[in-house]
Amino acid sequence: MQTAQDHQPLLAVEDLTIRFLQYGRGLRRRELAPLQHVTLGADRGQMTAVVGASGSGKSLLAHAVMGILPYNAQVLGRMYFDGGPLDAQRIEALRGREIALIPQGVSWLDPLMNVGRQLQNGDRSPQRKALCTKALQRYGLSEETQKLYPFQLSGGMARRVLMASAVVEAPRLIIADEPTPGLPAVTARRVLSHLRQLSQEGAAVLLITHDLELAAQTADRIAVMYEGTIVEQVEAEAFQTGEGLSHPYSQALFDAMPGHDGFLKLKGR
Amino acid sequence: MRKRMSESETTVQSGRGFWRDKALWRSRWLRSGGFLCRKGARLLLLLLGVSAAAFFLVSLSPVDPLQTNVGQAALGSMSQEQIARLRSYWGADTPPLQGYAAWLRGALSGDLGTSLLYRRPVLSVMGEKLKNSLWLTAAAWLLSGAGGFALGTLAGAKQGTQADRVITGAALLLSGTPAFFLALLLLSVFSVQLGWLPVGLSVPIGMAAEQVGLGHRLVHAVLPGLCLSLSGMPNILLQVREKMLQVMESDFVLFARARGDSWRAVAVRHGLRNVALPALTLQFASVGEILGGSVLVEQVFSYPGLGQAAVTAGLGGDVPLLLGITVASASLVFCGNLMADVLYGIVDPRMRKAGGLL
Repeated sequence: MQTAQDHQPLLAVEDLTIRFLQYGRGLRRRELAPLQHVTLGADRGQMTAVVGASGSGKSLLAHAVMGILPYNAQVLGRMYFDGGPLDAQRIEALRGREIALIPQGVSWLDPLMNVGRQLQNGDRSPQRKALCTKALQRYGLSEETQKLYPFQLSGGMARRVLMASAVVEAPRLIIADEPTPGLPAVTARRVLSHLRQLSQEGAAVLLITHDLELAAQTADRIAVMYEGTIVEQVEAEAFQTGEGLSHPYSQALFDAMPGHDGFLKLKGR
Repeated sequence: MRKRMSESETTVQSGRGFWRDKALWRSRWLRSGGFLCRKGARLLLLLLGVSAAAFFLVSLSPVDPLQTNVGQAALGSMSQEQIARLRSYWGADTPPLQGYAAWLRGALSGDLGTSLLYRRPVLSVMGEKLKNSLWLTAAAWLLSGAGGFALGTLAGAKQGTQADRVITGAALLLSGTPAFFLALLLLSVFSVQLGWLPVGLSVPIGMAAEQVGLGHRLVHAVLPGLCLSLSGMPNILLQVREKMLQVMESDFVLFARARGDSWRAVAVRHGLRNVALPALTLQFASVGEILGGSVLVEQVFSYPGLGQAAVTAGLGGDVPLLLGITVASASLVFCGNLMADVLYGIVDPRMRKAGGLL
């Protein structure tokens, strides 16, 4: 596994642990650590998929990189972006411009604001408007789409609007958090091919998904997440051939894929 | 994919073409006509019910208008004939049902009768009182709405901070304080102890009407207005705060932050927008509360407005005036709620695009 020192991927996450303090009855405190010792890299021009079951902490990882964890979350460990440490201040300066998030669904759009306004993000200069129009056009959305409100968008359209929102500026790291659930297979594949294209243009794409099959088809590298930690990060081909998978969980995932050995029941930790 | 796309494209087209489409326009007008008719019928039923309830409550009241307005001693010195005349003047000899029928007949032809206490047409008494009350209640309504909205959004956006705790604490304390008690408190502090503001009435005592200026009226309206605003504010404030908390925890606020919006920009651009709608509804629905509050507050400040007239009419057995005020207040409250309904349809894009209510 590569670290920030010897290769310097665009985004390097090292030994990331996220803890939540919960206050129970009285003064009793409970500590939850949904993410433990996560080490992960996402490189320029590559599409890295983080695959895991729901509840394994994938979205938290995305939120940690974007700096949008709830206020009671405690983040331990190191993150690097483009060689420099990625702390809260730097995240705040970079997000939206160099780091972009493609969220899960239409509920991430303000229901009372039309698409154009949301993409402009408060900047109503002609330059910004032109950028928004261009971003929407890129995904086949006409100028008219800008006047629509989120409730008027179909599922596929909403997904393309969210994708367009990420590429209004030219981000170097794009984090797509579960961009495919609820979409028909054809549409889902198209969404992934759009992401693929972004990575071919030089951006680092971090795809967060529970769909291993789709990820294995489109991503370059796959990081397998299990119970709050990345158990291994391998080339995507490993999930085509089954070779090079060392962790039993990833082997079980491989076996459960259509056309492979079948489902192997795993014991919990 | 292609088929799906074309489907979604056509729904969008019909949504946009809605305004151009003549047939749909016509149905829209028919629908809004139907809406107004339904609301009108409902208002008539409401006024009928409210006036009947008020009338029969008064007829059950233990207050004897003769004893109250003429006095036991005066009554004792009168002949039976005089007393009978007085009884018929105060309507004490007509059975309630008959009395209500007579009032209703008059009301339907636009005549609300003559005030028994003021000996003038009810409409002219109400007009005069309303003039005093209207700008007091309107100012209180606007102030409580604006103040509640501003402080509520602030507290909600800054949840858990010192500012939030102070604002929310004050709002809870105020909402637990009866309006009349607040009025007494304000009076004892600002009028009695500090002596800054007059103790009551709407104009200085003993001043000729032509000498009374706007300044005098304003100074006299400060305390009642403040009291009404303060007692109406917590309701709106707490609801707005709650809504703001919801909005600030929503996914779209998280996404706005992920796109680099500052906390302030998020609160202004997304918070205010999403809180404004429920706040608007609440504001128009609060007309009733302000009117209700004004009855007590005007009484404490001896402010000669509609609220005080309602109390006088109720205690003095002046049925025509009481019914007139009841019907007028009910109409005002109804209009407030109607405005809330209609405005929601206009302001909320989800309802506007679906045709709205009007």
